[in-house]
Amino acid sequence: MPTLGRVLRAGAVLGIAVITFSTVAAQGRGAAPQTPAAPAAPAPPPTGKAGAPVDLTGTWVSVITEDWRWRMVTPPKGDYASLPINMDAKKAADTWDPAKDEAAGEACKGYGAPGLMRQPTRLRVAWQDDNTLKVEADAGTQTRLLHFGEWKAPGGAPTLQGDTTASWETGARGRGGNAPPPMFGNLKSVTKNLKPGYLRKNGVPYSDKTTLTEYWDLLRQPNGEQWMVITTVVEDPTYLARTWITSLNFKKEANGSKWDPSPCSAR
Amino acid sequence: MQMTSTAAAIAALALAIAGTRDASAQALQAAAALQGTAIDLSGTWANRLHEDWIERAPGPHIGDYTGLPINDEARAVADAYQVSMQNMPERQCILYTTQYIVMGPQNLRIQQELDPISGAVVAFHMSGTVDRATHDVWMDGRPHPSPNAPHTAGGFSTGKWEGRMLTVTTTHLKSGLVWRNGVPHSDQATMVEHYARHENMLTVTMILTDPVYWEEPFIRSATFEIDPNTRVLPEPCEPQVEIPRTPGEVPHYLPGTNPYLAEFPKMFNLPAEAARGGAKTTYPEYGKALRSTYKSPDRCTVYCCGGTTLTVMNNNQGACRSDDPPATPPATPPAAPPAKRE
Repeated sequence: MPTLGRVLRAGAVLGIAVITFSTVAAQGRGAAPQTPAAPAAPAPPPTGKAGAPVDLTGTWVSVITEDWRWRMVTPPKGDYASLPINMDAKKAADTWDPAKDEAAGEACKGYGAPGLMRQPTRLRVAWQDDNTLKVEADAGTQTRLLHFGEWKAPGGAPTLQGDTTASWETGARGRGGNAPPPMFGNLKSVTKNLKPGYLRKNGVPYSDKTTLTEYWDLLRQPNGEQWMVITTVVEDPTYLARTWITSLNFKKEANGSKWDPSPCSAR
Repeated sequence: MQMTSTAAAIAALALAIAGTRDASAQALQAAAALQGTAIDLSGTWANRLHEDWIERAPGPHIGDYTGLPINDEARAVADAYQVSMQNMPERQCILYTTQYIVMGPQNLRIQQELDPISGAVVAFHMSGTVDRATHDVWMDGRPHPSPNAPHTAGGFSTGKWEGRMLTVTTTHLKSGLVWRNGVPHSDQATMVEHYARHENMLTVTMILTDPVYWEEPFIRSATFEIDPNTRVLPEPCEPQVEIPRTPGEVPHYLPGTNPYLAEFPKMFNLPAEAARGGAKTTYPEYGKALRSTYKSPDRCTVYCCGGTTLTVMNNNQGACRSDDPPATPPATPPAAPPAKRE
């Protein structure tokens, strides 16, 4: 039985022969020699919307089957289990005082991008324009903007949701601008310029040096359900001893009827 | 991927112009082999335990069913469970079912089995460490066996690629433990897993469906990092008498007699209903309703620092070992030790 390599070599040789023959034959049919056409201008890369391999738009609900006691309610002060924080973070968390946060107008410190996605929340995902994916959370009534393409962060003061760049990861290479988008892939987003906040609502901090990297995967189930799993990587040289890696599970809902915006809560 | 597609196209071209039945079959096989593996998952993967640390490492508290969409049947089984049942020599080497390979505390090894002729991936073999059934995922298109075929701890699993994501379907599972405090799944449970690799990370999502014990599909996800230095210990299980017992004695609680169920909700100021789990407790609206009455305990009293936290470890009784004063000890020490078996 021929090996795979032999099959490929044979295929390649035959393929080249066929292509060569076809090219010569085609050239012979014309009355006049053909002038090589000028190379076409490279097609622009597709917009974020046009290049989407999967559709993440819609309303998604976080299903809290993991870390329930740390996510569904605010855990007690001093509960840092499973967080790879350093001693500086511990000292900061031990000073947590929700009343003080409320008085300072800082009740949303647990709703910055790294903490927001772990909240019990619904997400409403929609294209704001061809290169901006808007992710709204009803918990804390927050909005994140994921920017595709050549978007540059405007700079300025750090914000609760920071500046996010986004791209699709499809595994395909060399695809032209007019080619149909692949059917599989995931979204990668990177968020920086974050205002300091809490990884966990009981005051476990992250700093303004934090980078949040997220991989958004769409999972289709045999029963028609769709899940979005976001692998989340938090890097913070100030308060983390190493990267903190979690994955968050959201189930797609048929409509937005359960969308219920609520203000931030420090407690 | 580009090279793979090109090579597959060449193989397909060979098929188109070869003309003979044998060559067609070989070319098809070659194309399938080349397209059969979107990415290589093989290697040793380190479990980071940054989620569900208590449940996956030391073990969940007795009576802690938070976040589990279980029904009354499952609660009854879990309430009756005594972890010392695992000490019985005849039970010591019963394997955890395959869902525990990725959702337990241990690291993960994934190996590819290749067809020696075509190079196609025939199967992925996934293993954890002691007392976990090996997770064999068949990639060669074989069908699942008859519903009447034997059920095993490993079940029967087939996989397919969806782009760069491996999706695995498992049937024919024996009944087993989902959490080590006795929360069960039945032998009617099926499981869908998704393996998504992102750079040096592997996120495994498991969705368990069980019409006997679970109200809704149960989703969990865990992320591993590839690490060639990771140890996946192949420890054989050798049963022996650990606690002398009266012949025929099986540790358990009769219905309504488990004395430890109230400790967990009391420890965390949770209503007893929240600790009992159920699908409705996993959605945001439950949390909103709970927050109107919930008051966080003043201070963490158990497992506060967690296994991956800080450079110093906690003593699992509330105080992180550091230069800081220890946390105030709990008024009543936790009486029910969590399950010990890994």
